[in-house]
Amino acid sequence: MDFSLSPEVVEFRDEIRSIIGEFVTQEVTDRMHSTGVFDAPELNLELGRRGILERACPGLGKGDPIEMYVMFNELEKAGAPYDGLAVALMIAAVVNKLGTEEQKERIIPSIISGEALVCMGYSEADFGSDVASIKTRAVKDGDEWVINGSKMWTTLAQVAEWLILLTRTDLDLPKHKGLTMFILPMNTPGITVEPVHTLGTEITNATWYDDVRVGDEAVLGGENNGWRTMTTVLAFERGVMGGTNAGVPLLRHFHEWAVANGVFDAPTTRERMARSVIDMQVATLLTMRSAWIAASGGMPGLEGSMTKVFAVEAYQRASRWTQATAGPAGLLQFHEEGAAAEGFVEYDARHSPVMSIYGGTTEINRNNIAERHLGLPKSR
Amino acid sequence: MSVDLGLSPDQESIAELFNGFFTNEAPPAVARAAEPLGFDRDLWNKVVELGAPGMGSSVDVGGGGASLGDLVVVAETVGRSIAPIPLIDHLAALSLLTDEDLVSGESLAAVAVRPADINGEWALVPAGAVADVVVGIDGDETVVVRSTPPMEGPRNHGSMPMADRSARDGNRIVLGSSTIFDAVLDRWKLLTAAALVGIADAAMNLGVAYVKEREQFGVPVGSFQAVQHGLADLPVAIDGGRLLTHKAAWALDTITDGLIDWAKNDITDGPTLATMALLFAADAAVMATDRSLHYHGGYGFAEEYDIQMYYRRARGWSLILDDPTTVSLSLADRLFGTVEG
Repeated sequence: MDFSLSPEVVEFRDEIRSIIGEFVTQEVTDRMHSTGVFDAPELNLELGRRGILERACPGLGKGDPIEMYVMFNELEKAGAPYDGLAVALMIAAVVNKLGTEEQKERIIPSIISGEALVCMGYSEADFGSDVASIKTRAVKDGDEWVINGSKMWTTLAQVAEWLILLTRTDLDLPKHKGLTMFILPMNTPGITVEPVHTLGTEITNATWYDDVRVGDEAVLGGENNGWRTMTTVLAFERGVMGGTNAGVPLLRHFHEWAVANGVFDAPTTRERMARSVIDMQVATLLTMRSAWIAASGGMPGLEGSMTKVFAVEAYQRASRWTQATAGPAGLLQFHEEGAAAEGFVEYDARHSPVMSIYGGTTEINRNNIAERHLGLPKSR
Repeated sequence: MSVDLGLSPDQESIAELFNGFFTNEAPPAVARAAEPLGFDRDLWNKVVELGAPGMGSSVDVGGGGASLGDLVVVAETVGRSIAPIPLIDHLAALSLLTDEDLVSGESLAAVAVRPADINGEWALVPAGAVADVVVGIDGDETVVVRSTPPMEGPRNHGSMPMADRSARDGNRIVLGSSTIFDAVLDRWKLLTAAALVGIADAAMNLGVAYVKEREQFGVPVGSFQAVQHGLADLPVAIDGGRLLTHKAAWALDTITDGLIDWAKNDITDGPTLATMALLFAADAAVMATDRSLHYHGGYGFAEEYDIQMYYRRARGWSLILDDPTTVSLSLADRLFGTVEG
């Protein structure tokens, strides 16, 4: 095996690192934690200006999955807000693959310039893991579609320009078949956004759709083809757009604090820290494997499930022991005097439980691994 | 130079050859029959015919010139079959030894993984019961000692042919300072990690096969989600362990000034990665054998079933170096610097 990045990818990584150095400032991360919006417009614009978003987008520029992995891994390790960027790039790739020429021209430039974000309306209040059962309806009325219903966890809806929306268009077809995906501007009349505050700081939303009217130009990937459009989105995610090395910045902040406060010499702490460093290395290797499979023309869906299960639990372990080790100082938040690791320990203790839930729960991923990798019988 | 996480065509052939060899020549019954000593001379003679003992030695001394990446592939097949031969110890020892009878495999070599005590005794040397030659640290020197193996040792949890050996009695040669032994120990850790990945993989497969077949309440126990989820963690740990082990081999094979930049998660230092791989693979093997044994129900602890052999070896092979906390702390010194005072 060869674990070295090509000289071209090393150059790319160094460029990303230098952009991070310039644009992921204390002010940017402070803003992320104070506003609950995990996005940095100035970073997105710089990446867009340099052509990096176009270069990274699958099917558009180079679309090299190794570069995609490197870019998001660097952003994640730096503690940068990158959620908005990840979703936007996924959707740009899907529009490029499944969209009409008109959609490509209208939508993609706004995303790869770093200007526009996209939010995703899939889950509903009553349908999370069982997303294929959603009830939001789109009904044809002449040349128009009329959409009514509501969505949950529509993260970034308050700042996004575009919305990708999963709807039910045919009640007579089996649940996976009667779905249609739309992509529409967030300023379309009839959309209401209500914030949902979360334990992990990030503000997400509930969104309502009351007689929202769009034309066929908003259908993405074909009528009653919504499930396929959604799995295409997930296929582009490939498990390489962050979410697998969240413990790295935590360990770095914790170490700085523990050394400065003379509490890093305890053997228990050193052992736990060494174990977490191993976990982080394994998590990045599993992520790199997904990127390599994608780069070799494969579809690393199952590998993505495996990586997420491991990486999230590794992050949760790190978060648990760092907070326990910090004691009362691990309860103090950003900008409080004496907060362990300037508040990161407390933040990660709240943020880590979120990650085994969103983007596919650990249980759904274990089902996938058991059924598709181990060949065990379907359990539900 | 670019990311390639597949086995090379040569390595695919090596994996096929050795997996086939051990499947035919070393089914679990062979490991069982070799207890309590944990050594089967006939099986050793057969791997000698394959040229395995000298595989990693340089071509100049009659070896196969294989890379550590290649040896990792072989070591995983040894673990998968729990073959009762000390091939890993032998391959590790030969990173410093080039004697003709060792390269050919006519004589066996072992690694004293812990330094000798003040009386020059190496305690519980893995393969020490059967090895003609032992390499290890005595004081501040790396020495190699030829002496008659006892051909017996204490009965032990991992069915390993371990024994105490003298670092002074016998034909003793000083190879150099104690630091040159690092290369042997790094290789031993690397190959033991690979063998533990193999144990974990075999244990998982035993467990999965069992729960597909075994029925309770009229259905296979493998259809229950609690059982499925316990097993679903195993391929993740196994793949992670395999990737980390191969990365360590790649670094030891090709990187001279490796990075230990844990704060950026950028680690390419071979010795550091080898220790990380050993710790991670040991955990994977322990977890895989725990769960697989458990999902066998009562048969899991019945001696006539094979899973208990994997369970014991997963502990034996991972504890023989030292307790994991001590190994972790030595890793911490490498990663974060030593503790002052």
